[in-house]
Amino acid sequence: MLKLDRVNKYFFRNSPDERWAIRNLSLEVQDGDFVTIVGSNGAGKTTLLNLISGSYFPDEGRVTIDGVDVTHLPPHRRAVYLGRVFQNTSQGTAPSLTIEENLAIAYLKGKRKGIRMALNERMRGIFKEKLAEIGLGLEKRLKERVGLLSGGQRQALALLMATLSQPRILLLDEHTANLDPKTGETIMELTMRLVRENRLTTLMVTHNLQDALSFGNRTLMMDEGEVVLDVAGEERKKMTIQELLEQFNVRKHKTFADDRTLLSS
Amino acid sequence: MGAAIFALMMYRGYGPLVGVLSALLLGALAGLFTGVLHTVSRIPALLSGILTMICLYSINLRVMGRPNISLSENLGHRTIFVILRDAFPSIPEVYVRFVFLLLLLLFLKIVVDLFLQTEIGLSVRATGDNETLVETQGIDPNRMKLVGIALSNALVALSGAMFAQYQGFVDINMGIGMVVSGLASVIVGEVLLRGKTIFVVTLQVILGAVVYRMATAIALNWGYHIGFKPYDLKLFTGILVIIILSFPVLKEKFGRSR
Repeated sequence: MLKLDRVNKYFFRNSPDERWAIRNLSLEVQDGDFVTIVGSNGAGKTTLLNLISGSYFPDEGRVTIDGVDVTHLPPHRRAVYLGRVFQNTSQGTAPSLTIEENLAIAYLKGKRKGIRMALNERMRGIFKEKLAEIGLGLEKRLKERVGLLSGGQRQALALLMATLSQPRILLLDEHTANLDPKTGETIMELTMRLVRENRLTTLMVTHNLQDALSFGNRTLMMDEGEVVLDVAGEERKKMTIQELLEQFNVRKHKTFADDRTLLSS
Repeated sequence: MGAAIFALMMYRGYGPLVGVLSALLLGALAGLFTGVLHTVSRIPALLSGILTMICLYSINLRVMGRPNISLSENLGHRTIFVILRDAFPSIPEVYVRFVFLLLLLLFLKIVVDLFLQTEIGLSVRATGDNETLVETQGIDPNRMKLVGIALSNALVALSGAMFAQYQGFVDINMGIGMVVSGLASVIVGEVLLRGKTIFVVTLQVILGAVVYRMATAIALNWGYHIGFKPYDLKLFTGILVIIILSFPVLKEKFGRSR
């Protein structure tokens, strides 16, 4: 499904500030997998997602999706395979466009754009139906600008937009981190439903160790550009947050003392 | 640029329609040039525009042959306004001009409004709003920037061609300061009219431009009484735009006490 083969990524290469962000990373994700990714700040989690989405190109190695080599495809040319939701709630939507216009952009993904009207009644019908399923009452506000929505509403819309054209892979980059716990829960429920309905292969970066273990079927821990822990199946089912923390310490001989991680568990 | 091309076509013996269409086309090309500077060479947008304008200054001089050329009827040039005047001999010329320009403006507003609601138009708007999103939704932001810049520059060239006909001559310096006046017009429009729908936004631009021009006309007419000269105008326009652009920062700094 998704394969990274010995991928290396440097920032500021050949300069005194050079940073080796992703180190010889190989990863294979099976169709239908829901992988959660944890790790301290700067571990390379977001860089990994950026390499998959095409926001960055690797310096070495290959990235393939469904057998297609996408290593050097720009983001818009591999977008049909991918949906993505960001931590920043204003990144996944266009604030000065209306809800229906945002959804139209997502609906038209992968289609050739012409000088036809972007919106029609049939599409509005589909949008209303999809929005009603979210249960936030957005279906009655199609013509409102997205900038007026709350962070949670925008994130729900961003999720819907990311999955509307049924990509193969969904990339979630701490997409509930900027929301209050209650809203975060709602968004996670919505995420799980959309993933199930669209049978999406998912990669979710999170700082919440509880979430990392309770959602999905496989957990990766990253540190300094490497995958230091990869658990699935029975081993993962039995794992507690404490053990996850300890695993980290054992492997890296240092304390995983990111207060955000501790507080959010 | 639009005016120069228009004049060239008139001097070659084509009618105003061919002149205006050529202006539109070459305006779009100039826009594409700016767009390529910005998207391929990664030169900042404003600087790309300025560079194009510098290049065009020389090109326009080449096209025109000299810095100032007449489109006078006495030389046999029948501009759209001359044609219309002869078509409606019973109506005073000022009214003919006014109604024609109003209709042209309405037509352009409708065309632009409709375009911005098409698939491409919507993609262009989304690109201006959130480039990251547009990429994840499979749209090439650079292509949309090119489309947007080409179209807007075509419109600018059209205004040049119309203005040349209106005043009856083309001058190499007629475009100087237009960027700042354009910016000022947009800002004036935003102050005058609230709203974010396409219909309102295009209306803001139109209204802003008209009010801004009226304001400068008033200033030029009555400024004498308080000691100002016409050449002070650019300074005031500049100061006006600086104040308005600094407004958000100033409000943040000093507004909290209120």
